Amino acid sequence: MRRGPEPLSDGKNNKKTFGLSPHAHHQTDPDDYMGLLIDTVRCTGCMACFMACKEVNELPNRNDEDLNKDTYTVVKKIGDAFVRRLCMHCVKPACESVCPVAALQKTALGPVIYDEDRCIGCRYCMMACPFGIPTYEWDSMTPRVEKCYMCYEKRVSQGKLTGCAQACAYGATIMGKRKDLIALARKRIQDNPDKYHPYIYGEHELGGTGTMYLSAVPFENIPFLPAFRDEPLPILTWNVLHRLPDIVVLAGVLMAGVTWIVNRRLERVREERGKTAHANEQESAQPQEPDAQEKTD
Amino acid sequence: MSLISTTAIRNRAGFKPTLWTFVLAFVLIAGAYYSFVRFTHGLGDVSALSDKVPWGLWVGFDVLCGVGLAAGGFTITAMVYIFNIERFHHITRPTVLTAYLGYILVSVALMYDIGRPYAIWHPLFMWNPHSVMFEVSLCVTVYTSVLTIEFLPVILERLRMHRAVAFLRRLIIPLVIVGVLLSTLHQSSLGTVFLIAPYKVHPLWYSPLLPIFFFVSAVFAGLATTVFESFMSYRFFRKQLDTEVLDALLRMAGLLLALYFALKLIDLKNKAAFSMLYQLNSTEVRMFLLEMALIVLPLALIMMPRVRGTRRGMFLISVLVILGFVLNRMNVSVTAFSAYHGVNYFPTFPEFMISAFMVGIGFVAFYFAVKHFAIFPEEEPFKQDYDDKLRAGMELPEIEKRPAL
Ligand code: SF4
Ligand code: SF4
Ligand code: SF4
Repeated sequence: MRRGPEPLSDGKNNKKTFGLSPHAHHQTDPDDYMGLLIDTVRCTGCMACFMACKEVNELPNRNDEDLNKDTYTVVKKIGDAFVRRLCMHCVKPACESVCPVAALQKTALGPVIYDEDRCIGCRYCMMACPFGIPTYEWDSMTPRVEKCYMCYEKRVSQGKLTGCAQACAYGATIMGKRKDLIALARKRIQDNPDKYHPYIYGEHELGGTGTMYLSAVPFENIPFLPAFRDEPLPILTWNVLHRLPDIVVLAGVLMAGVTWIVNRRLERVREERGKTAHANEQESAQPQEPDAQEKTD
Repeated sequence: MSLISTTAIRNRAGFKPTLWTFVLAFVLIAGAYYSFVRFTHGLGDVSALSDKVPWGLWVGFDVLCGVGLAAGGFTITAMVYIFNIERFHHITRPTVLTAYLGYILVSVALMYDIGRPYAIWHPLFMWNPHSVMFEVSLCVTVYTSVLTIEFLPVILERLRMHRAVAFLRRLIIPLVIVGVLLSTLHQSSLGTVFLIAPYKVHPLWYSPLLPIFFFVSAVFAGLATTVFESFMSYRFFRKQLDTEVLDALLRMAGLLLALYFALKLIDLKNKAAFSMLYQLNSTEVRMFLLEMALIVLPLALIMMPRVRGTRRGMFLISVLVILGFVLNRMNVSVTAFSAYHGVNYFPTFPEFMISAFMVGIGFVAFYFAVKHFAIFPEEEPFKQDYDDKLRAGMELPEIEKRPAL
């Protein structure tokens, strides 16, 4: 048996697999996942990404402060900088690991996508996401979980750039393989060491994220990009889950054993007492009537 | 048997509407109305849930507490059938009934809470073995089936299908073992559910021991529920109150409360979180302390034979334990997240009414089950007689050796 949040099948057909978990794509090297580099030093807050996202995903245009069912990305003003907020497309997504029906899936390409036909609406993904990304259609009778799906169906799976990366004229949202984005980010920091805080957020956090950030100031200033350890979250539950089969077998055998021993003992006791009672009966001159009392009851 | 049922009927004939009848009627009517709203207008209209607070009262109370309070089912059956503690035998039926109703209601409540109730069957066919929620839903489904089979003899007896009853009786031990395994799994896994969110769950509650906390607390809460349910049956159905057995259950619960409290202390020490407890102005700390008080207080009362020995004391202890348990589940699922979400959640009136509706349905269903099926054994003398005979080492008639569950 395989241990750890590792693939359970062979990697093909990672969408809509009825039956076993579709974690196959986790065989993709994390560095080869597609991701987005958000360079907050270059961002001007022009909102082109915001508008492009609405357009690609055909979302009603509301002027929203934060993510919601109609808004997959927002541009927030933090200090002097503009910081985009969107799904991080984690390398080991908590949302994917907790979804009981595998409605959320990390594709082999990198985007974390959603299949509404599987979803039961338990909202565990929302509780689990460390970045607080998924939102919900609370007023619908067939509600969906809504978040940035990295334009998977309409663009990225067809080899196109995401709507936001296509729209950004300042090189502040760039799409590419994680390894290329990390290299580019390093270069930008190196070339302008006085402009950049020398840290790539998302390179290692929680096992790495697809969306990564550069900033002029330390990331403590950006509340929605908290300091996380490198340990991927799904390991925390998997550490417990993968032990369960062993526990079940051991506990099952143990209980069957206890039942057997206890019952045998009781039977023995009964047998022996039965014997003595029988012997007493034979010895005594007057036959006892154990049932007499019961009858009068 | 016939004699007893006539007594029971006579008791019921003397039934007069009390305050509780009106409360129940109100809850049922309001619950039905808000159920209609929920299933025609969606979650947004009835609940205070939002993107910031995805889980509220229905997950915390209806589901987490429902499953925990129904834990008496596996605990008592284990004691009777695995450890062969015969004196608990006569409370098995009412306890299994409580557990069975509990699990059915949890499933119903889930239909209210999940956004797509018509998809509730999906986890059975669309698997994700990495998901705790998936494991829990499988366990709960299978365990509810196990409870159905455990309860079936009661129904079959009534239909006079004695052959089938005899057959099911032979299955009882494996069934109980499977039930205990499944319960252990999902009771603890409900704690594992929260392990995924170390950065969201308040450090007072986040702990690698969460699965163990959930399991141990479910067992003592299940025992307390059994005591509580006995008192309810005594009060409303004039059933015998076997104080000796209740005393034994409470002592067991006491042991587990002590264990739980010790584990909590160890956990706080491991997290170096004691100093946190001085921040009395934070809601989390206050809630946590209240929760601990509701562990220590019933524990202390259990250790006082003078309190535990009285009916009032027993009832009080069971209520306190249940309250503490409910508070813990609400804290873990709601309070512990509020700092992260930065939003204070308070359930709406409809949310409360639907939760109360679930409890109300439970009471009504219990009432009908007691009325129509032989849930309670044929009163005390039977058991006395049985024990006497066992002590004397006498041959027992087959039916008494292993009475139907
Ligand atoms: S940021 Fe949240 S929603 Fe996005 S992939 Fe990571 S866990 Fe999932
Ligand atoms: S709400 Fe839907 S997508 Fe999210 S965890 Fe539940 S079933 Fe999965
Ligand atoms: S990747 Fe697509 S869905 Fe995501 S923020 Fe950019 S445009 Fe929107």
